[in-house]
Amino acid sequence: MACENNQLLLEGYFDGELDLVRSVEFEEHLKTCPDCAGELRGKNALRDSLRAANLYERAPESLRSRIRAALPAEARPQPIPMPRRPVLEWLAVAAAILIAVFLGARVLPNIGGQTENLVAEEIVASHIRSLQPGHLYDVESTDRHTVKPWFDGKLDFAPPVVDLKDQGFPLVGGRLDYVDHRNVAALVYQRQKHFINVFVWPQDPKTSMRPGVQSIQGYNLVSWSHDGMDFCAASDLNVAELRQFSQMLQQ
Amino acid sequence: MGEQQRGAGSAGSFEQVVLPHLDAAYNLARWLVRNPHDAEDIVQEAYLRAFKFFGSYQGGDARAWVLKIVRNTCYSFFEKNRPAELAEEFDEKIHTADTENADAEAALLKSADSRMLGEALDKLPVNFREVIVLRELEGMSYKEIAEVTGVPMGTVMSGLARARAQLRERLLLARAKEEQRGLRK
Repeated sequence: MACENNQLLLEGYFDGELDLVRSVEFEEHLKTCPDCAGELRGKNALRDSLRAANLYERAPESLRSRIRAALPAEARPQPIPMPRRPVLEWLAVAAAILIAVFLGARVLPNIGGQTENLVAEEIVASHIRSLQPGHLYDVESTDRHTVKPWFDGKLDFAPPVVDLKDQGFPLVGGRLDYVDHRNVAALVYQRQKHFINVFVWPQDPKTSMRPGVQSIQGYNLVSWSHDGMDFCAASDLNVAELRQFSQMLQQ
Repeated sequence: MGEQQRGAGSAGSFEQVVLPHLDAAYNLARWLVRNPHDAEDIVQEAYLRAFKFFGSYQGGDARAWVLKIVRNTCYSFFEKNRPAELAEEFDEKIHTADTENADAEAALLKSADSRMLGEALDKLPVNFREVIVLRELEGMSYKEIAEVTGVPMGTVMSGLARARAQLRERLLLARAKEEQRGLRK
């Protein structure tokens, strides 16, 4: 059982819901508290079995058609044509976009360097794109000795490729990607049903992402530098596990 | 009706916004009422309600919006048909494992199979069942769960802590029983 003061913190940490500061503090606590560490292993075990058990119940096809059939009969009249003002509406949209861009430009630098944030957003976009069917990898392999040489001649650097299968993060492939005006390596790992893209490129003081964690559109990013390379891991995985993953990569 | 259709138009059509969450809706209803037949009826009713209220949908998290309606429909169903389900009081002995046991316990939990997990989940009180389903099966954040269940995020967190403790307790109990049965054979 978790030590008394930390039961809720442990829950929040386990669910990746603590903010960065508290998450780091709690990791420190975990190092010195076998009770909480044991409890965390129990929670992980429970979650692993829940995931493996495939308890998700999908809607039967018959229900789908039943609902489609019921909707028009009971509640779907023909749409009543509304007077439209296309030009005004488009102007409103354009104005909204301008305001959003303006606000964005003003607010973002407070979070980090502006370029840095653009890079982060590019990475998130790239991560999302990679999850579309058929975009995840150019080379599909769980063997790092296949993935690493694949990058030869495609990049002007050799990205370090490690497999973390035994730690629960198997390597599933690699991909050439393009971030911040340069070719980068994207290594794809898997954690249960979550995919993690690790983007790697040679360190560049101009665009270097500050090491740390951030969250964009519900995706978590962990960035770090190691051996002259910049790394950024992107995933919908929770912060705690993603950080754990990034630490393993750095070892 | 015209107004409602209008609201629908501004955030995408009902078809685009609400229908894609049918699996999520069914999964939640199925685990809350625990049988496929009632779950289908409830989802259908919830979808008709959703259609009716679609005018008030302001955009935002559509899945949470749909699931909130599904949940409310389930609870109305309970009030009408199974009031005991909502009134049930559960003794809460939170399991206290000492640290040496923690790993043995984790191993036991890991070996639990699908049927055992399903049964243990079925036996949780409905308020615990729903947070587990939303968090572990649906993968929702505390914020999303708070939106669906209409409670503060802190309550989601403490609810999850208690729900997991109880689920674990029940699983370990089921494992122990199984072993006993095995010994008797």
